[in-house]
Amino acid sequence: MAILEILKLPDPRLKQVSAPVERFDDELRAFIADLEDTRRDGPAAVGIAAPQVGRFQRIVIVDVSGRPKTPNHGYLVLVNPEIVHWEGYAIGREGCLSVPDYTGNVIRATSLRLKTRDPDGREHEFAMEGYEARAVQHELDHLDGLLFVDRVVSRRTDLYRRKVYKI
Amino acid sequence: MSDWNMLTLVGADRPGIVSRVTRALYEVGCHLGEASMIRLGGNFTIMLMVRGERSGQEILDALTPVSDELGLRAHLDPVHGGLHQHLVPNFQVRVTGADRAGIVAEVTGILASHGFNIQELESDVAGDRERPIYIMNIQGFCGETLETLESALSPLVEQGVSVDVSPVDLLIG
Repeated sequence: MAILEILKLPDPRLKQVSAPVERFDDELRAFIADLEDTRRDGPAAVGIAAPQVGRFQRIVIVDVSGRPKTPNHGYLVLVNPEIVHWEGYAIGREGCLSVPDYTGNVIRATSLRLKTRDPDGREHEFAMEGYEARAVQHELDHLDGLLFVDRVVSRRTDLYRRKVYKI
Repeated sequence: MSDWNMLTLVGADRPGIVSRVTRALYEVGCHLGEASMIRLGGNFTIMLMVRGERSGQEILDALTPVSDELGLRAHLDPVHGGLHQHLVPNFQVRVTGADRAGIVAEVTGILASHGFNIQELESDVAGDRERPIYIMNIQGFCGETLETLESALSPLVEQGVSVDVSPVDLLIG
């Protein structure tokens, strides 16, 4: 068990695009265990991405199961994840372990379908919505060198005044 | 003890005001903190946290050439507090209705009686001159439940004001 150091803005490494994982071995799984320890060590983060601790590979952890009344798939380790379908949009407030003392409003898809591998290299597909879908989008952005501050929308944005209906 | 000042500037809007003002502040050695600029009824308005070695009067003096030229009224107050004191809102209240006197007082009066601390409030008048529509968006923190706030605001809904309370879900990732 190890708590890894979290890179914080304005560290330019956070802007780096991460590479796919090619070797699904014990070293990878040991790193994922450390990444999860790091996620749990700080403020109540529902996700963490490998580049946040300086490992520039396409690995994220998402777990929104601790939040009441939230549809979820439990503790998820996503390796080389890819969103293959998006739907809807909503504004929500986000913060980030890499951006202390700031929260902002971000537009995200309300539901998505995801193809991914697990830490053993097996393929999976998930359909998710709401808070869990938001968390996945936030974490996957890290893999492409994007932070939520790159997506913050104005307080006055007119999306506030519209209700989003599911089709 | 804080060495921040709150600078308020108001005047007719035009391009370039923020640039000219912040340049003048920078040139007298001021640091800027949190700021909120918005156009209200065609007017430029900004409130800006300013800190520096200079006295309040020296800051205002340094701004005088710019504020005179751009027709801005400036006001400066020393303030307590400082940076890194953010509170995260947990509720958002959206209000829409035919514009009439008293809507804001009624909505915010109900919220205040439930200990709701308003952290951000924006309001606008939409529609047209004959049928103005009042739109207000509030974010803040309240220790009570969504259901309690909804039922407290329900008398306004019966009067034809649309009031929507929703949780603000913070996601840390």
